[in-house]
Amino acid sequence: MARAVTTRHKVIATAAAWAVALVIFFPILYTLITSIKTEPEAIAGFSLIPSGTFENYVTVQTQRDYIKPFMNSVILSVGSTILALIIGIPSAWAMAFSPTKRTKDVLMWMLSTKMMPAVAVLVPIYLMFRDFGLLDTRIGLAIMLTLINLPIVIWMLYTYFREIPGEILEAARMDGAGLWQEIVYVLTPMAVPGIASTLLLNIILAWNESFWTIRLTTTNAAPLTAFIASFSSPQGLFWAKLSAASTMAIAPILIMGWFSQKQLVRGLTFGAVK
Amino acid sequence: MGSITLSNVSKSFGEAKVIPSIDLEIRDGEFVVFVGPSGCGKSTLLRLIAGLEDVSGGRILIDGQDVTQKAPAQRGLAMVFQSYALYPHMSVRNNIAFPLKMAKVDKAVIDKKVSDAAGILNLTDYLERRPSQLSGGQRQRVAIGRAIVREPSAFLFDEPLSNLDAALRGTMRLEISELHNQLKTTMIYVTHDQVEAMTMADKIVVLNRGNIEQVGSPLELYSKPRNLFVAGFIGSPRMNLIEGEFARSKGAKTVGVRPEHFALSHESGLWSGIVTVAEHLGSDTFLHVNVDGIGQVNARCDGEFGARHGDRIYLTPNETKLHRFDEQGLAI
Repeated sequence: MARAVTTRHKVIATAAAWAVALVIFFPILYTLITSIKTEPEAIAGFSLIPSGTFENYVTVQTQRDYIKPFMNSVILSVGSTILALIIGIPSAWAMAFSPTKRTKDVLMWMLSTKMMPAVAVLVPIYLMFRDFGLLDTRIGLAIMLTLINLPIVIWMLYTYFREIPGEILEAARMDGAGLWQEIVYVLTPMAVPGIASTLLLNIILAWNESFWTIRLTTTNAAPLTAFIASFSSPQGLFWAKLSAASTMAIAPILIMGWFSQKQLVRGLTFGAVK
Repeated sequence: MGSITLSNVSKSFGEAKVIPSIDLEIRDGEFVVFVGPSGCGKSTLLRLIAGLEDVSGGRILIDGQDVTQKAPAQRGLAMVFQSYALYPHMSVRNNIAFPLKMAKVDKAVIDKKVSDAAGILNLTDYLERRPSQLSGGQRQRVAIGRAIVREPSAFLFDEPLSNLDAALRGTMRLEISELHNQLKTTMIYVTHDQVEAMTMADKIVVLNRGNIEQVGSPLELYSKPRNLFVAGFIGSPRMNLIEGEFARSKGAKTVGVRPEHFALSHESGLWSGIVTVAEHLGSDTFLHVNVDGIGQVNARCDGEFGARHGDRIYLTPNETKLHRFDEQGLAI
């Protein structure tokens, strides 16, 4: 009897999980389907059966260059992530291992900047970028992406570093390790999984960031987000081509996410469920 | 050599005075146990000696040298932590070798010392494993190995056995005592477990609220507790502390009777009471008795004593083994 209930529960739970997964995944699935429809099919209304043409992908590539924004996306997401780690690791380190009375406040303050609507600072930032000649430059955008993701990077790293037991560091101190040896031989090897998760997540966040990347670029530094957006103008909407462009934009990060999902899940739940 | 002297040592965390002022002399080769209830400052005191915390006042001398301002590694001490604090990303071999590597010891010497320590601690077959692949007892032995190779002037143990199960704790207790006999190095051992304190120590330091209540050999503390705190803390099951008419008749505010210092009988005795709980262990019998006019009393006797819940029994305290305490709780 107990067993029958368990099996039924399992079936229901599995079905529910699939349903939720489908709901979440559906927009991506529909983008995929639409990308292999013809333009008339795409505007005809809801349909899950495409005609299976790959014409849109060819058109997208011939009309606009895919490689350049792709390279920009790679450079911006990786570059901004490395910058964020260079700043984030020492900051999180200091806050985790020698906290002061104000450490919690500083952390909260950093997080609170994420609660601010980005559009509220659009004009000042745009003007600053214009005055410093950073508009439509990779370096400018990399700095921007670094700054907006830095709070999350520091928070994640802080959580990881906090998980490293203080006694291990004290043991190293008793064993005669100086500060530098403590960092190189003990702390860094133990923090590597946490740093890797932070790196992966930040690359994804930077890759997907579309508010600033679209507004602060035109052509030279435009990443894939701007590439997608460019299909929604000026001759009207071409849903099928837009979908093809979107698919090409999300494919690299989707593949990367697939291969690193174990690390990511561990990273996102680290500290919360231990 | 490893004599340690604490002179007027105090420690405050912000407003809170954890250790008001402590003077203590530890002789070379002694096995000293700091014991006390949680929060009594015993771990803090150990960490002050280790150098992991800075003293707020006073001086710490090791072999006559003032080390108060020295870094932990320069004090020549080794510490074994409650959580073992092994380096999880290193093999057992590298864990044990770490302090030697930090001291830039020659590689051949490191290998020799590591294999010697592994031999002493039965870790030879596990040298290539990671700490996560070891049992709790093995991990603790690795932590001890890491301490041994440094050839410290004293070992500091911070509740090293409290994460182990009861059986293993017994074995490890013996191993640490044997190690002390073998190395003859000063050991300072912190625990809240008085069985560990009684069985391992040459000298026990009983701490309460950052103050030393009494220093002495295990049997001294057992037979001559200086005050009520030590009387209640040392000995298991704990001493019965009796006030009222009986105490006054002995010329004291409080009289202490250890559970094992009663003569038990089914027929007659000085006190009579009803058994509330009887614990039969075969080797001993523990009785919780509600004594008329006195209250709840614990009694222990060797072997089996046939009494059950609800039985009336008679107890006579051994007059020669009574402990008497005055108004201030000090022994008379």
